[in-house]
Amino acid sequence: MAKLVAILATTHHPFYYRTSRLPPEQAPPFAAEWVRKVAAYRETLARMRPDVLVMVGSDHFHQLWLDNMPQFLVGKAPFYDANYYNEEREFGLPRLLLTGHEELSTHILRAGLDAGFDLAFSNELRVDHSITCPILTVRPDNDLPVVPIYTNIFAPPLPRPERFVALGRTLRAVIESWPSELRVAVIGTGHLSLELGGPRQFGPHGPDPEFDARAVEWIANGDIDGCLANVTLDSLHAPGNATHGFMDFMLMMGVAGYAKADYADNLDLFHTMEAYFTWYPNGADA
Amino acid sequence: MSKYLVDKFLYTIDRDPELVERYREDPAGTLEWWERDEAGRILNCPTGEASTWLSFTDVERTALAAHDHVALFGLGAHPFLTLTLWIAMFERDFTEPLGMQLDYAAKLAHLGLPYPDIST
Repeated sequence: MAKLVAILATTHHPFYYRTSRLPPEQAPPFAAEWVRKVAAYRETLARMRPDVLVMVGSDHFHQLWLDNMPQFLVGKAPFYDANYYNEEREFGLPRLLLTGHEELSTHILRAGLDAGFDLAFSNELRVDHSITCPILTVRPDNDLPVVPIYTNIFAPPLPRPERFVALGRTLRAVIESWPSELRVAVIGTGHLSLELGGPRQFGPHGPDPEFDARAVEWIANGDIDGCLANVTLDSLHAPGNATHGFMDFMLMMGVAGYAKADYADNLDLFHTMEAYFTWYPNGADA
Repeated sequence: MSKYLVDKFLYTIDRDPELVERYREDPAGTLEWWERDEAGRILNCPTGEASTWLSFTDVERTALAAHDHVALFGLGAHPFLTLTLWIAMFERDFTEPLGMQLDYAAKLAHLGLPYPDIST
């Protein structure tokens, strides 16, 4: 059976790529520390020598739209073009081509459906920065096949937080039941408190530092029950109008189970808290 | 139903660099053309399969024609769509980094939770 060797959960800050490439005299004061933290986080994946990446993210109204919005979608394509015109425009992100892993996509779809999740699929998916930011940060050579999984954290009505955790649990079981000798890593990206298009956006910190601190503790400690006791679909409006992306972190907590993270780090940037977590479900020497 | 069309307008303009410039320079004219010729297009379908029932309310038409992001926020337009399009159109008019985004927020500062419902 396949071996789940690493689980990574992180924010996906689209300005990292451009910031990391600025010459020192043009870089903002936080750039060097940001680059160091991402490099350390990258090593937590590299040391586990994965063969394939399952990548959880959320489309930002790029390919998916209100005329047909899936709640959970699995990419099943041989290749994925990546990043869009308005992401080049706004963030300076490069266009990418990712290689898919159709066999694992097929397995996740079949086993996921059988486990009770009515997953949508796409044979022609173009992914955006929720998938490409972690490629650019933790796998910049873009040398591994991927299975993208999109969640709807964007267009109400949304699934409830419990459903994200449950999908994470199911995803882990599905991967571990895959008849393959490959080493699989799951990488998911979400948000802590975040406001976009509202009055609290782009402040000196995230819109709700208290929520961010609690969220980091929930994730680092594998405190799924504490998180679920404090987070509802309605309450997530309070820390910022884009904070529903936190449910992708909750999905990753579902993948990791109740285990404490083997690696946890964060960085307070203007308008958001960056955060990085890694679990080794079969041990750091697996 | 029309809130869906407001979001569809913002979405389709934001994706096309020529339309971004056209809406910046001539918002009322772009809006009139779009509502007449584009609103009924079912995305990813041939034009012969167009919808027939979509139109803006007068309030929505006025807000879009005036580039009034505060009014659009109040109407429940999806804030991600409005913000990204406004960055594309107006960030160039500010000299300070994030100047446009902070000005955008300041103009909404009188508003508090609960924000308008953005579901369509």
